[in-house]
Amino acid sequence: MVEKRPGFTIVAHIVLIFGVALVALPVWITFVGASHDGARMLQAPIPMWPGDQFFENLRQTFFGRGLDGSRTAPVWMMMFNSLVMAMMIAVGKIAISLLSAFAIVYFKFPFRMGFFWLIFITLMLPVEVRILPTFEVVADLGMLNSYWGLTVPLIASATATFMFRQVFLTIPDEMLESARIDGAGPMRFFWDILLPLSRTNIAALFVILFIYGWNQYLWPLLITTDPDMMTIVVSIKQMLEASEQTPQWNIIMMTALLAMVPPIFVVIAMQKLFVKGLTETDK
Amino acid sequence: MAEIKLDSLIKSYGPDQVLHHVGADIEDGEFIVIVGPSGCGKSTLLRMIAGLETITSGEVSIGGKVVNGLEPADRDIAMVFQNYALYPHMSVRQNMAYGLKIRGTPKAEIARRVQEAAEILEIGAFLDRKPRQLSGGQRQRVAMGRAIVRDPQVFLFDEPLSNLDAKLRVQMRLEIRKLQKRLGVTSIFVTHDQVEAMTLGDRLMVLNGGYVEQFGTPIELYDRPETVFVAGFIGSPAMNFLPAEADGGVVTLANGVSLPGAEGVRGKITFGVRPEHLVPDAAGPIRVQVQVFEALGANTLVHGVLEGTDTELVVSLPGHETPTPGDVLCYAAPGEHHHLFDAESGARIAP
Ligand SMILES: Nc1ncnc2c1ncn2[C@@H]1O[C@H](COP(=O)(O)OP(=O)(O)OP(=O)(O)O)[C@@H](O)[C@H]1O
Ligand SMILES: [Mg+2]
Repeated sequence: MVEKRPGFTIVAHIVLIFGVALVALPVWITFVGASHDGARMLQAPIPMWPGDQFFENLRQTFFGRGLDGSRTAPVWMMMFNSLVMAMMIAVGKIAISLLSAFAIVYFKFPFRMGFFWLIFITLMLPVEVRILPTFEVVADLGMLNSYWGLTVPLIASATATFMFRQVFLTIPDEMLESARIDGAGPMRFFWDILLPLSRTNIAALFVILFIYGWNQYLWPLLITTDPDMMTIVVSIKQMLEASEQTPQWNIIMMTALLAMVPPIFVVIAMQKLFVKGLTETDK
Repeated sequence: MAEIKLDSLIKSYGPDQVLHHVGADIEDGEFIVIVGPSGCGKSTLLRMIAGLETITSGEVSIGGKVVNGLEPADRDIAMVFQNYALYPHMSVRQNMAYGLKIRGTPKAEIARRVQEAAEILEIGAFLDRKPRQLSGGQRQRVAMGRAIVRDPQVFLFDEPLSNLDAKLRVQMRLEIRKLQKRLGVTSIFVTHDQVEAMTLGDRLMVLNGGYVEQFGTPIELYDRPETVFVAGFIGSPAMNFLPAEADGGVVTLANGVSLPGAEGVRGKITFGVRPEHLVPDAAGPIRVQVQVFEALGANTLVHGVLEGTDTELVVSLPGHETPTPGDVLCYAAPGEHHHLFDAESGARIAP
């Protein structure tokens, strides 16, 4: 927009500020809630300005034995579980999708299109749809309450496979041919040429998949019964339902706040590559 | 050091045969240009020699060894692509070194060869840049550099100059020619530009619809084209073709005018004469009704029709001429410049 009317600018800013406030308000309330003591949080009206208990709450939440009666592990442990799960899902999904896209784009094998469609069909079967049989399989394999059980059923990804297929299709055939003339075998071509050329796409996908993994709720809830294996997102819900007790809002808010931190870090760390992936046309 | 032998090469895609019994003997150090219109199978033929395309039938030998079953990397060839196909994430140096690195060449040797190639091509100043930081002409040089560091037996070029502007194209054309003579590496160069073909090639292979129309030196092709296609393709402006009737020593044009020629030939023919071989002559038999003319400075191209017909004709006159449209100009066509082709098959019949 190259409009130069001041009235228009003011309206635009009001709309934008309203939008920002709408998104930021819950985060602000969470932050405020995490900085008062438990008793203050139960009095009406709830405070709108931060208190002085932030670091005390942080210490108690992060290292404490969790809430009384909520059967939760200390939050650092749940954060670690979430981190492992999110990393395994993101890295696993990327690795598997890269390889399957590589196979589908660059190799001729019988029923290639068949496999292509097979992968395509799995798009219609997210975890929620196949949750009972998947649970059965995971239970039979003895993977309940383990990192494998948390991640393996979520790792296959049709979406990522398609994305990498698209990326590979934009790489000119001559690139492969000139690598062949240079004497690069298929895996060498994959490592030396395809991977570096997909670098920015991998980074972008990593951000999305990490957050997807981190935010998993239903599946971890089902297959983890051991508090030591619980993830942080699941634990927030557990804390709310802590038995025979009024909810300790200060601790819950602090947990929620902590749950937001790693995804923010990932986004900030990957931002440069992410934007590059969207703007740079290098192939 | 390698001679290349193509023996009755055929390429089919499913039921479509796109190359028909292509054969050629290429000598060591020769510069061969494959030329023809778009879709005639030039790239396909080159890629079969490179090993990037399977061979339906026939044999390719390089240096006396049949290479049909060999991977491109094992054929000891280097190829320069139209879009250069440089690896975008590698520096110029890495691009040039990649093939050597895979072959396990010692580091010092790689550095030496890259340096040497960079000097020959004058790209030493940007060895550490990425391809996207180079101009088209510089990328072209890097692509050449990547080919020559490997010190292959054969260079293959697939229209490497067509992405450059006209001036640079002429310059690179000369450089490629000089480089090839200097290195003495057998080379095959694909182009659809007949001027490029004439200036570069020791010998030209003219392809049309998957058939070899003629294989010979540029001058042979110009002086004695074997088919109507070659006659029309080689030379600029293109040869004039006039439908005619031969009667054992007399050629009668469509407008009834006769001229001597075509000893011993009878029947329907295509009479060919190049624009630059028509000489002004007030009593000349070829009467051209002028339509437009193009003054090119060194010469003037007169476009017109053969008087009384609508067969188009081009005459190239030295110097500055300013004919008036509608005028009729008369030209003679000296016998030694006649080209006679069979009207049906297009094959040369005389002289
Ligand atoms: N993979 C393919 N499958 C089917 N037909 C093909 C395939 N590749 C090429 N052809 C056909 O083979 C013929 C020759 O193609 P080729 O690319 O060799 O032409 P070319 O002479 O290089 O043309 P240009 O000057 O346009 O590059 C064309 O008619 C083309 O349609
Ligand atoms: Mg081509």
